[in-house]
Amino acid sequence: MTGVRVAGTGLTPFGNAPERTSRDLFAEASSAAFADSGVPREDVEAVLYGNFMGELAEHQGHQGPLMAEAAGVQAPATRYESACASSGMAVRDAVMRVRNGEHDVVLVGGAERMTNLGTAGATEALAIAADELWEVRAGMTFPGAYALMAKAYFDEFGGGREDLAHVAVKNHENALPNEKAQYQKSIEVAEALDAPTVSSPLSLYDACPLSDGASALVLTSEAYAEAHDIDAPVAITGTGQGGDRMALHDREFLARSPAAREAGEAAYADAGIGAGDVDVAEVHDCFTIAEVLALEALDLEPVGEGITAARDGRTTADSDTPINLSGGLKAKGHPVGATGASQIAEVVKLLAGTHPNSEHVADATTGVAHNAGGTVASATVHVLEVAE
Amino acid sequence: MSDESARDAGFDDWLDAAETGDAYYLECPAGHTSLPPRRLCPTCGAAELDERPLPEMGEIETFTVTHVPTPAFEDDAPYATAIADFGPIRVTGQVVDLDPDAVDTGLPVELDVTSSETTGERVIGFKTV
Ligand SMILES: [Zn+2]
Repeated sequence: MTGVRVAGTGLTPFGNAPERTSRDLFAEASSAAFADSGVPREDVEAVLYGNFMGELAEHQGHQGPLMAEAAGVQAPATRYESACASSGMAVRDAVMRVRNGEHDVVLVGGAERMTNLGTAGATEALAIAADELWEVRAGMTFPGAYALMAKAYFDEFGGGREDLAHVAVKNHENALPNEKAQYQKSIEVAEALDAPTVSSPLSLYDACPLSDGASALVLTSEAYAEAHDIDAPVAITGTGQGGDRMALHDREFLARSPAAREAGEAAYADAGIGAGDVDVAEVHDCFTIAEVLALEALDLEPVGEGITAARDGRTTADSDTPINLSGGLKAKGHPVGATGASQIAEVVKLLAGTHPNSEHVADATTGVAHNAGGTVASATVHVLEVAE
Repeated sequence: MSDESARDAGFDDWLDAAETGDAYYLECPAGHTSLPPRRLCPTCGAAELDERPLPEMGEIETFTVTHVPTPAFEDDAPYATAIADFGPIRVTGQVVDLDPDAVDTGLPVELDVTSSETTGERVIGFKTV
């Protein structure tokens, strides 16, 4: 089995660009990834592309070949749809294809156009990640689902809105130097607590924004990187996937994410590491409570204690294990199909010392990226390590 | 959107049953429970699924009051969505007979199929007992 290197990463700015087509977004991100990698486009053997709501936002299915074309690549292409974990899944498949020798070079990433739908339209589009018959038709929205989990968490373990506000404050702070972030603006706890309610107990400041954007990675085999003298100092050494029942009410626990635990355990074992080895992580904070649940599922916090992690400074930039130094989905933005691969891009830059927040993790050698779909009926976790 | 005249077999049948007080859940020989439409137990794959009467009373286990709805519930917001535990199975629904601010965990509820103020479509509801 060959190792997998990240030769290049590329992101568009994440934010409000309702007029930009997803093909244009992916063209920009993939161009940046190729420029960063030094790998010629003609060496690409496959394109793996994540997207969630393209049918609703752009009336566009069959997006694989469209995106290969947009990237200027002539190679077979596949679109991956796993709600907000779409490009995490694409990365996982890309890693497995390179490992088993199927390909030496792949282009993997994702894009999402969302803001052209407006708030109501995007809320409707995001809701299709839930069970249409048993959840959506009862009026459950995507924020509503996480609100149900947040309320269940408070009841089971304690904590409250103020603890969650600290997660938002931390992630906004982290996004300040990130030029690709949707919000480069600090917020205060009091401001977050005063924000309008979206779905109680969650307010506007507990929720990630609607975002347009794309991400791309050029992955190569270790052998290809060596043979072509490609500068690719970070390797993807672990990959894991977890699954769960689709509807939240069918899960054993309403305030835990077993699919993320399953993915994390698999990825840690695959890389031969333990949670204690993780120096830095990007976790899927579509809502503040989601960061708490992710920390616990990844064993970065004991179950029931993740709620105080941001407030007590265990996950801030100056802590031993900073979480979401990019700003997370909360402040960096969440163009859903682009998110999973964008998290990998952020961890690569943090480990390579090329991220605006790398100073906070100067000695880091091991990073983790956690991507979740729906109410975490799908999850991927990847382990990245400095290889040279 | 799908053809609105077409029923969702299994699901609409369940709503019909719930409207006459005959709601049910499915149980496999190993005791795993689920909601229709099912041909197979989602836990073990068993094909033998028996319909059993849903216990009359459930209890609100968690809830949220939604202020930013999908377009299908535009005129309904704010409304309370809850997950109620009926013992062998949980169900997600809207609390219909209480001010959303009065909804709380632990409240006993019964199923009550209601309709969306926005679309007139049937909605799984809970009324307090
Ligand atoms: Zn069974």
